[in-house]
Amino acid sequence: MQKITRDQLVEKAVALLSDGTVSAVLGWSRGEFDYDITPAVFKSAEEVKENFVWNDFCGANFSKYLVAQTGKVEGKILVFLKPCDTYSFNQLLTEHRFDREKVYAVGIPCEGMADIAKVREIVGDGIVSIEDDGESLKVSTLYADAPVLVGAKDVMAERCVNCKSKKHVAFDELMGEDGEVIESARFDEVARLEAMTPDERFLFWQNELSRCIRCNACRDACPACTCEKCVFDNPDSAVENKAPANSFEEKMFHIIRAFHVAGRCTDCGECSRVCPQNIPLHLLNRKFIKDINEFYGEYQAGAEVGSRAPLVDYTTEDLEPGEVFERGDQDA
Amino acid sequence: MRKCSLDSINKIFGKIAETNKLYLPVDGSDGVAVYTKWEEGKEWSNALNTVRSPKDFFFPQVENLMEFKTSGKNIELTDIREEAEDFVIFGVRACDVRSFDILDRVFLTDPVDSFYASRREHGVIVSVACSKPSETCFCQTFDNIDATNPLGDVTAWKTEDSVYFKANTEKGEAFMKKIESLTEECDDTAVAAEKDKIAAIMKKLPLKDLSADAFGGGKTDTFFNVPEWDELSATCLGCGTCTFVCPTCQCYDIKDFNTGNGVIRYRCWDSCMYSEFTKMAHGNNRLSQKERFRQRFMHKLVYYPENNEGIFGCVGCGRCLAKCPISMNIVKVMKKIGGKVNE
Amino acid sequence: MNKMEETLIPKIGVITDVRIDTPDIKTFRVVTPDGKKAFDHRPGQCAMLSIPGVGEAMFSITSSPTNTEFMEFSIKKCGCVTEWLHQAEVGQQITIRGPYGNPFPVDDVFAGKNLLFIAGGVGLAPLRSVINYCRHYRDRYGDIDIVYGSRSKDDLLDYKEIIEEWSNDAGVNVHLTIDNPQEGWDGHVGFVPNYVKELGFDTNKTAVLCGPPIMIKFTLDGLTSIGFDKTQIYTTLELRMKCGVGKCGRCNVGSKYVCKDGPVFRCDELEELPDEY
Repeated sequence: MQKITRDQLVEKAVALLSDGTVSAVLGWSRGEFDYDITPAVFKSAEEVKENFVWNDFCGANFSKYLVAQTGKVEGKILVFLKPCDTYSFNQLLTEHRFDREKVYAVGIPCEGMADIAKVREIVGDGIVSIEDDGESLKVSTLYADAPVLVGAKDVMAERCVNCKSKKHVAFDELMGEDGEVIESARFDEVARLEAMTPDERFLFWQNELSRCIRCNACRDACPACTCEKCVFDNPDSAVENKAPANSFEEKMFHIIRAFHVAGRCTDCGECSRVCPQNIPLHLLNRKFIKDINEFYGEYQAGAEVGSRAPLVDYTTEDLEPGEVFERGDQDA
Repeated sequence: MRKCSLDSINKIFGKIAETNKLYLPVDGSDGVAVYTKWEEGKEWSNALNTVRSPKDFFFPQVENLMEFKTSGKNIELTDIREEAEDFVIFGVRACDVRSFDILDRVFLTDPVDSFYASRREHGVIVSVACSKPSETCFCQTFDNIDATNPLGDVTAWKTEDSVYFKANTEKGEAFMKKIESLTEECDDTAVAAEKDKIAAIMKKLPLKDLSADAFGGGKTDTFFNVPEWDELSATCLGCGTCTFVCPTCQCYDIKDFNTGNGVIRYRCWDSCMYSEFTKMAHGNNRLSQKERFRQRFMHKLVYYPENNEGIFGCVGCGRCLAKCPISMNIVKVMKKIGGKVNE
Repeated sequence: MNKMEETLIPKIGVITDVRIDTPDIKTFRVVTPDGKKAFDHRPGQCAMLSIPGVGEAMFSITSSPTNTEFMEFSIKKCGCVTEWLHQAEVGQQITIRGPYGNPFPVDDVFAGKNLLFIAGGVGLAPLRSVINYCRHYRDRYGDIDIVYGSRSKDDLLDYKEIIEEWSNDAGVNVHLTIDNPQEGWDGHVGFVPNYVKELGFDTNKTAVLCGPPIMIKFTLDGLTSIGFDKTQIYTTLELRMKCGVGKCGRCNVGSKYVCKDGPVFRCDELEELPDEY
């Protein structure tokens, strides 16, 4: 269902590698199956032609990889950015996390990515192939006699169903047409949680976070988490822990992380995508975004490079802390 | 061989739960199966497997080892170990049953880890054959794992309408005795048919030809310095998802927790993928993610077999295939650096 | 309940003496609360010491097994546990468990041989145990040469014992060196690897090396250049450890666990390990 094709992207990558504009390409690499795609650094046109993929399972946001890869690669690195990735890209630039001069960014349109878990819910286990059939995916399994057609919209990842923008906010070159910022329903679920009683809400998060195995995938995939040494990994920080010693610590990790990325989180949704335990972590971040919007006016992290997030920018019109506290109290 | 109807399986669970804690895969609120303590109303999941492996039962993610109280210059140590109670894990898949043997070779080798040993001694394992393996399954790559006929104290087969049981050990006989009145003697015709059915599916699995023959003990020099490690590890996030969902990963950390009223020394799962895993006060012998990534796979494919009569430290459960945030996994590693597909 | 023995559960130890050896090394004497040695060990083996709430770490046992009254640990201040220990006073209780690791082959390979011990800095700590063991059973071994160097005279560990005891033993030759000239020092000046080459030992010896990785590397090169075979040279490795018994996975290098299969390795055995130590 993607409007741009793999061939177009491969052609672009090969051209940029061949004319020396870039010396490496950050792209999606073929997996064992049609859905298990690995981010990869391609160094040659041959590798790109052989292993580059572009399909409905190319969800990985490459922006964070630029922090490490721009330091490793000689010359420029080509990165393909979906609209939502460009927000992370800008936010990282705002935080001076990589050298813009070392990147050649190509914006590519995205029609929304599929969630393999949603595909499994419909077709069951044993997926042996998935073909893009325009508006639907043709899925063959070990157990169905014939391929099953599933609507692309029906298996779209939550973050894509609630896509906030089809507009690219950063690029050196754009392929295809640019889109617009979307009035999404992404805060509906937050509003539903806000409407709960404190006890209900506590129970909701207790249940969700109790599944956490502290694998740190959410943190390690998060483009806003780029500290060179996370406090949770640092034995000298006094809060270092690898496993929750009690149910409070279980929540503490996620609460601290949500606070730490507040105002910087672009709502890219990587945290929830990578969570092996299906914890809807993005809801914590969205709550902060919603609050910031309501308290200080609409703000989208990463919309432009160098913007100052309301939480770190003082203006005389700012809400008084007491007022914030009262509103918080009403919510609770 | 004995059987009961699938409809009456909850009666069996109820019977076992009268005397023992019983754990089995139950679908959680998010639809994902989790080993859960059975009680009235809990239903045995139809899912192929759980995200967290059953290694938790013997080697929990966090466990307290001992307690200390200090006063002045003195230390008082309390051994808080308690004899584990007998418990039953029901519905363990062939791969996971095999993972217990792999963990045993670590924890039960002298000096025996008494925390692990106690739980192992008291746990009864009821395995169940895999009627619907997934595309991520590759247990056939390794020896002594048979999805049609898993090991364990008792082996069970679940068909459309019945559950069949066969005891393999003394513990298993005792289990069968307990549920005798709820089961009936039967021949193995239905089980034989089920085994055939599963075997036929196993032959269709996409990873059926994955071979580990290229790997094994003594192959350190062959694989340690191959250039492919760079490419394979290039985008590894260094999270611990693969290690934590893996049924055979057993690295741990020991830490102290100050409760304000004494110190609890506990251990918790650790991951060789983490940057500070090998960090000492004066240095770190694995500074790059490539080195840490390589350690994990070399351990499973070369070092572990070298120390354990050729047995690989992987059981082909496929959890890492399903859960790695970047979809990098042992299958991709094996294929890239040496696993040859037997055509 | 009849509990199984559990290696992770330590004994209580008491620090009965603290000796300041160098500006950053202290030697701690440890016994059980009833005044006994916590356990027997072999030369080169290690023990896990801990302070509840601070942490646990592996240290080589510096006293000789022939000392049946107490154990000693020479500890350099370089991390949380060691910093805490350096502030500890006599009477402080700690925890102790062990012995861990393989010892030096003092009763078979070393028996009847001329021995050459080479140490740098705190690297003398693990060798002191084996040196004193060999001195105790003096007639079982041939000539003993000891080359020991440190940054300065003040940084030489066990200086008093070396001068007053080791140097006076028949058939024991001590060669000391410091990195830079210093007032009041009329001995050799220079790095250990160079000194070893200058001394030019004949190869009819078994060598034991211990010190910083860079010293080991150059001394090993030096020894092989004057004709030593790697099978004649032993050294010790140090990696992060938690359990001490080959289970927690930290000190795994290749198929070896340094806590269990080490810390003592013959240099040709090290060559079989991947270069990660």
